[in-house]
Amino acid sequence: MATNKKLKWSKYSQLIVPVLSIVLIVIFNLFRDPSFFSIEITTNNAGSTVLTGNLVSILNGASELAILAMGMTLVTAACGGQDISVGALAAIAGSVFVKVLRAGEITPVTIALGIVACCAVAMVFGAFNGTLVSVFKIQPMIATLVLFTCGRSVAYWINGGATPTVESPLITAIGSFIPGMPVPTPILIVVLMAILIGLLFKFTTLGLYTQTVGINQRAARLNGINTTGIKLVSFMILGVCCAVAGVIAVSRLSLINHETLLLDIEMDAILAVAIGGNALSGGKFKITGSVLGAYAIQALTITLYAMKVPSTDVKAYKAIVIILIVVIGSPVVKAKLSQVWKNIRSGKAEKEAAV
Amino acid sequence: MQNDVVLSMRGIGKVFPGVRALHNVDFTLRKGEIHALMGENGAGKSTLIKVLTGVHIKDAGHIHLDGAGEVTIRSPQEAQALGISTVYQEITLCPNLTVAENMYIGRNKDLIVKWKDMEKKADAILQNLGIPARAKQQLGSCSLAVQQMVAIARAVDMECKVLILDEPTSSLDDKEVAMLFSLMRDLKNRGVGIIFVTHFLEQVYEVSDRITVLRNGELVGEYEVEHLPQVELVAKMMGKELEGLSDLVRDDNAAEDTSTPVYEAEGLSSAKGVNPFEFAIRKGEVNGFTGLLGSGRSESVRAIFGADRVTGGKVKMDGRQVKIAKPKDAMKHGIGYLPEDRKDDGIIADLSVRDNIILALQVMKGFFKPISQAEAEKFADEYIKALDIKTASSETPIKSLSGGNQQKVILARWLLTHPQYLILDEPTRGIDVGTKTEIQRLVRKLAEEGMSVTFISSEIEEMLRTCSRLIVMRDRHIVGELKGTELTQEHVMRTIAGGGD
Repeated sequence: MATNKKLKWSKYSQLIVPVLSIVLIVIFNLFRDPSFFSIEITTNNAGSTVLTGNLVSILNGASELAILAMGMTLVTAACGGQDISVGALAAIAGSVFVKVLRAGEITPVTIALGIVACCAVAMVFGAFNGTLVSVFKIQPMIATLVLFTCGRSVAYWINGGATPTVESPLITAIGSFIPGMPVPTPILIVVLMAILIGLLFKFTTLGLYTQTVGINQRAARLNGINTTGIKLVSFMILGVCCAVAGVIAVSRLSLINHETLLLDIEMDAILAVAIGGNALSGGKFKITGSVLGAYAIQALTITLYAMKVPSTDVKAYKAIVIILIVVIGSPVVKAKLSQVWKNIRSGKAEKEAAV
Repeated sequence: MQNDVVLSMRGIGKVFPGVRALHNVDFTLRKGEIHALMGENGAGKSTLIKVLTGVHIKDAGHIHLDGAGEVTIRSPQEAQALGISTVYQEITLCPNLTVAENMYIGRNKDLIVKWKDMEKKADAILQNLGIPARAKQQLGSCSLAVQQMVAIARAVDMECKVLILDEPTSSLDDKEVAMLFSLMRDLKNRGVGIIFVTHFLEQVYEVSDRITVLRNGELVGEYEVEHLPQVELVAKMMGKELEGLSDLVRDDNAAEDTSTPVYEAEGLSSAKGVNPFEFAIRKGEVNGFTGLLGSGRSESVRAIFGADRVTGGKVKMDGRQVKIAKPKDAMKHGIGYLPEDRKDDGIIADLSVRDNIILALQVMKGFFKPISQAEAEKFADEYIKALDIKTASSETPIKSLSGGNQQKVILARWLLTHPQYLILDEPTRGIDVGTKTEIQRLVRKLAEEGMSVTFISSEIEEMLRTCSRLIVMRDRHIVGELKGTELTQEHVMRTIAGGGD
């Protein structure tokens, strides 16, 4: 029974680092300014009741990152490498979305069409990345460097303008609030994506196969798993995540700027996976960890802004905290800490025995 | 006579955590001889070589080198400085540099590299040794054999007294082997002592003067080639004396079975270099592939399972022609395969015992039909109990189990798929005696229940005890098939050694 309990715990031990970093940021903020986490109910310009406050902006602002982190976790687990083209791919998907919407009047039907179209295009690009990685055995970072480099140009070609706009209350509803719903829509989309991916794991063997391929590819093949296919699928799912993130980002501003849309987000997405306790070399993974990692990164950013750190300096401060988180989560420190923990416990046991 | 000795190793010992790799091993190499170092898997050949080249530090014993007295070798650099050079099976040179650059890389002590001189010198050596390569040629454009010869030329130019050739012929064809051998004989006449590590028996007899045999980390003996017939060498490697082998006659399988084979292959060959072979197994039969390491026994069963790329041949199951191109095809036709390399091909180290057990069945069920948590738990518990797998729980990662228990998990994985034909490649290697007999007993039991099993083991007694028919392989060919009264150790070894002597 005792061993069972221990195992139950060890199952979640991976989440210690992301949870701990969020808790630390929260405690820090409570000391700094107890009102930091207050949530207010206000009425926005559209006249509906909505929730506001730092907590809401953290959850809201991290939406794209959280969604990308889900897909990035899968690619990392299956391929033991990362996709650095997610920002560029989100820009392409966003442009496709805008292109479809600008073709005619914006109605729920055209929005649905736009989402389907941009998901399809993003899956094709994901398959392109996946083929380079799984069939041609190119290192993921190099393979996705191609799209990283050219993606934003492709995004520009699609609409042929610098910042095409898509003005409509429907788009605003996706980017900020659905009338009558106090929670920002992007947060709801994250929940929806989490449910979808959860269902995917429940009704397919994707989770087991991905881990198997990531841990031991040779054994996976000898057990009849199509290793190429699994890697390809992981990239296509990440493609869908990019499309959804792109749609949210476009809807927030009701326009697309191919140069700045989700710029540099790939590094944050990889970081979220790492903070989530997932091995960047692939294998076992926990998507929950990566999502928590994404929120930790966003909480950090918002905290820094709340502390009136100039936006030009934010990245430097962020780097310091991230170094701390990553070092604490490193195997070296983990081993050391567990050794210290063991010593303390055995010391306790000895004392007890002596008494 | 004693003055001829270039290298003498006395009482060498080496212990790795939990394993005694070498114990009190002597080895003597004379000037101008080709000395074969022989032994089966785990005999200690490579450890001995690594001690000599400074990769491992010896725990006990002495090494004397002609002209240097007693030496301590702490690194490959030191070994090289002492005149001990090694040419490995895999070329360790740089294919994108020229032949001359490869011969002199890392040896230049001056700041300025004199390319012209270097090329001239390289060409002279190549010509002298009769190696068909030019100094300015890119190494990658030469054949593997020539690349290997360039590596040897580099060693010779470094005035090596001891040249170690570790499995130099495994990726060469017959013509290239002949070329390499003439170079080896040439060097021998120049007084170089050559240590030749190989598992090809015929090659040993073609080129060597002496043979040292190791087994289980201990010295079996040193022999002159002409005084050691091939069959005796095999016996020494396997640890059996020819005299006094009890000719135990088996009474089973007396009646000839004429039913349609469960599995039948005709002219099967794979990309891993197995020569086309015929093979069939009937319902409830246990047969085995035997032969020395590298004889092709594992490659053959891998071809059956589609683990390596199949390059030709026809396969029939229950008399119907089927296509098995990849492991999944084999699994669909009811074939299971427990691979030889448990760590790299078998276990999914970080996953739980439960996930490791259900893996193959899950793959057969399909991507969209995941086995439920409860069902998986049930299967896992059932097999943990049936095979007596010692694990804290089914949630424990398989990597924290002992080797024998890991093997049982892989066995459980295949039994769960209820195969009609199960291939077990070295299921008992590196596991304790208790588990060994358990697995042997299980194999007999499965056969009685109607499963066909192919069983491979390096230990002949185990094969004799478990199998009713043995297919004997040598140098990637099937050279014999033994059954009934022929199933004796002596017979098996004679067939492995081949030839009349």
